[in-house]
Amino acid sequence: MVSGYHLAQLNVGLVRAPTDSPELADFMAGIGPVNAIADAEAGFVWRLADGDGPGATALRPCGPDLMVNMSVWQSLEALRDFVYRNGPHLDFMRRRREWFHRMPEEHLVLWWVPAGHIPDLDEALSRLDLLRRNGPSPLAFTFREPYGPA
Amino acid sequence: MSDISVVAVLDDPVRRRLYDYVAAQSHAVGRNEAAQAVGIQRTLAAFHLDRLAGAGLLDVTFRRPDGRSGPGAGRPAKLYRRAAAEHQVTVPPRDYRSAAELLAEVVDITGAEPQLQRSARSRGAATGRAARRRAPADPDGDLVVAALTDQGYQPYRDGTGIRLRNCPFHVLADRYPPLICGMNLALLEGLLEGAAVTALRATLDPRPGDCCVMLRGTGDSKTN
Repeated sequence: MVSGYHLAQLNVGLVRAPTDSPELADFMAGIGPVNAIADAEAGFVWRLADGDGPGATALRPCGPDLMVNMSVWQSLEALRDFVYRNGPHLDFMRRRREWFHRMPEEHLVLWWVPAGHIPDLDEALSRLDLLRRNGPSPLAFTFREPYGPA
Repeated sequence: MSDISVVAVLDDPVRRRLYDYVAAQSHAVGRNEAAQAVGIQRTLAAFHLDRLAGAGLLDVTFRRPDGRSGPGAGRPAKLYRRAAAEHQVTVPPRDYRSAAELLAEVVDITGAEPQLQRSARSRGAATGRAARRRAPADPDGDLVVAALTDQGYQPYRDGTGIRLRNCPFHVLADRYPPLICGMNLALLEGLLEGAAVTALRATLDPRPGDCCVMLRGTGDSKTN
C-alpha cells in the first residue's frame, strides 16, 4: 500500500432485463448484503450511493439499462481481495452472465486519486473513456494490467 | 536452478512423500511432524527437507517455542512450507498455458461463460462417475478426497467439510478469476453429482492461499 493515494474504481453493466423482473431477482436481492460486506472490509473507503436505495443501482446517468457502480479503496490489493477473493462477491461475479450482457468494450476502470478525494461520476466516466480509447495506462487501468500511482 | 533440476530433486520416494505432506498442510511443518507423518527418522527428514528447501520447493521460517524470547529461550524451530513458485517440465516442449489464456480471453469477450460452466459440469460428472465405479462402497468423504487428490487439489479435512490447498489452474485463475473459478466450481459440482455424493456440497469460499472452492458438509446421514 502506497500512502497518499487511494484506488478508485468504476464498473458499468448492461442488464439483460428490467430490475424488477424475475431474471434479475437474485442480483437485486444480493446487492444489499454484498454492499454491507464491502463496507466492512478493512480497505474500503467510499461507495457511490443514492440515498435510501440499494447502492448506486437506482442511478441511471447513462440510460435506463446501464448500471453503474463506483467505489474508493485504500489499495489495489484491498479491492482485488474483495472483488475476487470474497465468497459472496465472487459468487456474484461467477453469475454475471445471468444478469448482464457481455460488453465488447472495457466495462471496468481503475485509477489513483489523492487520499481523501472522492471522485464524481464525470471523473469516473472520463477515466473509462481514456481506457477505452488508449488501453491501460497510469491514468486508467485494469486488474489485468495495473499501474502504480504516478 | 533450471526447472528440470528442481523437479529432479523430487525423484526420491521418501523425499517426494515429505514434499507432498508439507505441501498439503495449511500450517508450517516442523521436522518432527514431517518425520512422523512419513514414518522416518528425524535426521533423515531434516536432510530431505533441507534439500527440498535448497531447490526452492519449500520455504523455511523459524519460530520460537511458545511464550519464550531472549537468550536461553531455546533454539527456534525450523519450519517448512510449500513455496509459491511454479515449475514445469514438458518434453517435447508443450505450452498449453498460452492456449488456455487465449481461449479464456475469447470466452470472456464472447460471454460464453454459461456454456463453459455446462461443459465443465459435464466433464466433472464423468470424473465423478469413474471415481464411484472404482470405489462403489467408499464413504463420500474418502471417495471425494481420493478423487480430488488425483486431480491435484491437495484436499484437507476441515470439520465436516473439505478444503483445497492447491488451485490446479492458479495462474489462469489469477488472470480470469470469475471465469476460471466459475469453471472450477462447475467441475467440482459435476464431480459430486457424478459420484452420487450427498454428504458434501461445493461452494465458493476462498481463503488466503487455498483454492476458491470448498466442499461443505451437508449434514446428510451417509457416512462422511
